[in-house]
Amino acid sequence: MSKDGSIGYLTTRLEDFVNWGRKNAMWPLPFGTSCCGIEMMATMCSDYDIARFGAEAMRFSPRQADLLIVAGIINLKMAPILKSVYDQMGDPKFVLSMGACASSGGIFNVYSVLQGIDTMIPVDVYVPGCPPSPEGVLHGLIRLQGMVARGETNSQKRERAQNEARRQMKGV
Amino acid sequence: MSQNTLSPIATNGGDLWAKFGETWKSQIEALKQQFGERIEEVKLPSEYPTDVPIVYVKKEAIIDALGFARSTLEYGFLSDLTATDEESEPRFELVYNLFSHTKFTRIRFKTRVRENEECPTLVNLWPGANWQEREVFDMFGVRFTGHPDLRRILMDERWVGHPLRKDYPLRGYQVFTEAQHIHTELLE
Repeated sequence: MSKDGSIGYLTTRLEDFVNWGRKNAMWPLPFGTSCCGIEMMATMCSDYDIARFGAEAMRFSPRQADLLIVAGIINLKMAPILKSVYDQMGDPKFVLSMGACASSGGIFNVYSVLQGIDTMIPVDVYVPGCPPSPEGVLHGLIRLQGMVARGETNSQKRERAQNEARRQMKGV
Repeated sequence: MSQNTLSPIATNGGDLWAKFGETWKSQIEALKQQFGERIEEVKLPSEYPTDVPIVYVKKEAIIDALGFARSTLEYGFLSDLTATDEESEPRFELVYNLFSHTKFTRIRFKTRVRENEECPTLVNLWPGANWQEREVFDMFGVRFTGHPDLRRILMDERWVGHPLRKDYPLRGYQVFTEAQHIHTELLE
């Protein structure tokens, strides 16, 4: 583009453009169940400021969110609730598993704790730590943004597979 | 770790015993006079590594003994009700921790319950025992006769088994993908 505005456009694929928008305006649903939730709040606050990455609009309604941050231990009694929250989110939706408990059950290898949320819902990014530092969460978010731009998240893969199946059914 | 040795002086009970020993002795004397043979055993901090006296009461008399402790001995506050799985016969011990707001002393009542045996409920004395007995039922499977609403309180209602029993597997997961049924009649 020149300064006089003579070439006022870019050429790109529509999908890339949409993904660029998605990655820079994620609306997280903070599913904070324990100490990771506190660290997630620190990530949102001014010291670390998740708004620098366009993800400051926290939405407690799954219908309005597209990034599910699972921050903390998920008990077996909580697991169906997490699943229903994930199911209610509109596509495309991304899941960030924050901390050891959400990723694997952590130290709680006992009868009452879900051994990793990936047994229940598909996870895109795992952030290790107990709890992870805010920098770790931001790093996970940046990784997720890269995945969204490249179309590598579970939700986008699922969408592509559905479109492909639809195309084949139509015989196009 | 001096706390774990068997010397009664090493436990925290040593200090408490110096402070409240006489009060406890007179209270246990009163309990023994009232209930006689129905008091099975008394463990004092001076002879057993415990912080407060433990009074073992027969199951039939436990409600009467707790009522006596509440009214006459002024133990007005049920600070905890729980159970232990002893893996012996009788299998379970129910533990009643009481606190007196007038004398500032604590006392512990215990009663032994066999497996598949019911224990009378404490709800009529302390209504707060309702949820604690539900927890004991949930975790150990001890049933309480006369309890108004003996359902699981912590675990899912579809759960099989009682997780704090010693023979329950540590990793006995039971995963449910659907949320449990909501009792709409209880929401009123």
